[in-house]
Amino acid sequence: MRDALVDARGLSCPMPIVKTAQAVKTLASGQRIEVWATDPGSVKDFAAWSKATGNPIVEQSVDGGVFRFVLARK
Amino acid sequence: MDEPLNLVLFSGTDDKLQAAAVLAAGAAALGRPVNVFLQYWALDAFRTARIGRDHGLAPEAGPEGRAHVVALASAGQQPWAEILRQAKEIGSVDIQACSLSMDLLAIEQSDLDPLVDGVEGVTAFYLSAGAGQIVFV
Repeated sequence: MRDALVDARGLSCPMPIVKTAQAVKTLASGQRIEVWATDPGSVKDFAAWSKATGNPIVEQSVDGGVFRFVLARK
Repeated sequence: MDEPLNLVLFSGTDDKLQAAAVLAAGAAALGRPVNVFLQYWALDAFRTARIGRDHGLAPEAGPEGRAHVVALASAGQQPWAEILRQAKEIGSVDIQACSLSMDLLAIEQSDLDPLVDGVEGVTAFYLSAGAGQIVFV
């Protein structure tokens, strides 16, 4: 279940994070955002961003070169 | 992560401005304040009439480097000015023109793109920079 989707496939660093940071601002606490990204730096970048901002990653997977993250707004 | 990231942009080629915009946007996404001080050729690239132009690449790029840069742009990489605009939307990114460089290049604030928040001297920049590191690009 998600409240927002960021399709960042094809975007290079740091745009997947920038788009996600923009979208998270529109969510209420506890709402979830799903992100699709192809930037190979995404796994480490989303882990770092989650840690720094306190918005937890609740699901994470990779399928055919597409990284998928579900984050909750803290 | 509250120490600001302080970027002094001197070079006006698109590769260096792109790399600087990525650093600024990454810091902004982490909630870190960013201060950008524009000098010399970087300031020249922020003129409204020139910001969208091809500003070339650093000499070490060569023809092969240019081909890689063109390929990434064709694949949809956002230009540096757009990355900076989005960085401003998500965080605190203050972009100031160096007053000495404004004089040197005979630039008025009205000549500059709205990304530029104001004009200041180096002392004011140091005050904003506080104890944070200063990165020169």
